[in-house]
Amino acid sequence: MTINEIQDEIIEDFELFDDWEGKYEYIIDLGKKLPPLDEQFKTEENIIKGCQSVVWLHAFEKDGVIHFVADSEAIIVKGLVSLLTKVLSEQKAEDILNADLYFIEKVGLAGHLAQTRSNGLAAMLKQMKTYALAYTSKELKV
Amino acid sequence: MERTKAIIMHQDFVEQIRKDFPILEQKINGKPLIYFDNAATTQKPKQVIDALTDYYSGYNANIHRGIHHLAEKATSAFEETRKAIARFLNAESSDEIVFTYGTTDGINLVANTYGEAFLSEGDEIIISTMEHHSNIVPWQMLCEKKGCVLKVIPMSDAGELLMDEYDKLLSERTKIVSVVYASNALGTVNPIREIIEKAHAYGAVTLVDAAQATSHIRIDVQDLDVDFLCMSAHKLYGPTGMGALYGKRALLDKMPPWRGGGEMIKEVTFAKTTYNELPYKFEAGTPNIADVIALKTALDYVENIGLEKIAAHEQELLDYATESLKGISGLKIVGEAADKVSVISFVMDGIHPQDIGVILDQQGIAIRTGHHCTQPLMQRLGIVGTSRASFAVYNTKAEIDGLVAGLHKAKKFLL
Ligand SMILES: Cc1ncc(COP(=O)(O)O)c(C=O)c1O
Repeated sequence: MTINEIQDEIIEDFELFDDWEGKYEYIIDLGKKLPPLDEQFKTEENIIKGCQSVVWLHAFEKDGVIHFVADSEAIIVKGLVSLLTKVLSEQKAEDILNADLYFIEKVGLAGHLAQTRSNGLAAMLKQMKTYALAYTSKELKV
Repeated sequence: MERTKAIIMHQDFVEQIRKDFPILEQKINGKPLIYFDNAATTQKPKQVIDALTDYYSGYNANIHRGIHHLAEKATSAFEETRKAIARFLNAESSDEIVFTYGTTDGINLVANTYGEAFLSEGDEIIISTMEHHSNIVPWQMLCEKKGCVLKVIPMSDAGELLMDEYDKLLSERTKIVSVVYASNALGTVNPIREIIEKAHAYGAVTLVDAAQATSHIRIDVQDLDVDFLCMSAHKLYGPTGMGALYGKRALLDKMPPWRGGGEMIKEVTFAKTTYNELPYKFEAGTPNIADVIALKTALDYVENIGLEKIAAHEQELLDYATESLKGISGLKIVGEAADKVSVISFVMDGIHPQDIGVILDQQGIAIRTGHHCTQPLMQRLGIVGTSRASFAVYNTKAEIDGLVAGLHKAKKFLL
């Protein structure tokens, strides 16, 4: 599925909720379901800086697409991390770089990307794009 | 007697007070705002907001220089605040009050002037485990520069300083003892008088970080015999980014100036500059005039209600909250000192503080989560952070009930 197809699916999922409770229950559930990151990837390097809670992001390339796996010690952040990786993982570097993540606004989670709340999430998004950028420039060199 | 009266008055008293705080009327996420982040900053009464508007719309002018009507009016309002702070802290003279950006700025000023002039290699500075970063980092910077040594008073698990250990740290090498009066993360009120007395016995000077204390505790700098005391206006119903440093005249007099510029000089030639007298020596440049003026309004506001009455109300809220939170299973209060200001920090089994903050926010409840700028304290306690509710004059028991309900909901969601 393309990035936008996945985003549209998420937006559709969230349309089922008419209050914050349903929405957060869903996010928390996503957080609980996200498999914990393998301990070997919970390295200092993989920590996203600037969070109230620790977020780890590990990225690797396989079969021409970039894979993201991530984790957090806070469950809501973990749920949001799960959404971000769902959208951007297993996509081409170029598509990740060009992605416009409109779903965040649409499902009413923009506040989470705001300064302070958990700017870790904003930092995580930036980090994902940085990986994609690093990868495309590596590709160009080859 | 006094106490019963206070409780009877409570309901009415708070209703009246809440009307002064326009910000409290709003809804957040469709719920009435419950503002429990007062240790971070208190809300401002409309009197303070009006003072700011009055200044800018009625007599905005630069101070101390102009001879025109507006400049004189602004200058005298500005200097009135200095006198009001001197009265508020019972300083001997308003010359001993230096305006700063806040507590952080005041501590930096002392480190960079007194510290710069009078400390040298091997000298020791004592702070405590529960210091805010702003009472750690300036001293660390000084130590790095001068080769001084930073010593830390340890604390008990309940969050009280171990005074016996403090005794052991003190020596002829001790030059500065800088301790927080009331902890922003735990609420602990430290035995500041005893700390000062003991420091003086070794000839050390003392600094008290009173950021959290001013709105809850009557401070008398002469009675405490403290050498320096720092405060922030914004924790006292006043504007942000301004505060004051109290210093004993004899010390301020012999300290070199720090920032250079206008206002702080007596005469400037290219060959030599002579410095202005106290307190202007430490106030370079055009100050934050409007906010200084509005701080006087905030002090008046507090004194009109009565600091003691505010403290009694907050104590009642703290007791009520402590009882109520203890009823939530899996919740542990962090900081159980016998003497506390109205700050209650807690952790919940299996739940990250940030998650608690997010779920409470959805319910219109504003608390603070994280390390509260006290990372070494969190390390001492072996936790990543806490959730913290802190109360001010306008808070109510009904709001605490709201917090308790909110926490039950958070538990249901998150566990
Ligand atoms: C105990 C304590 N000290 C110092 C500060 C710093 O105050 P300011 O940021 O106003 O300089 C704070 C504020 O959070 C505090 O709570």
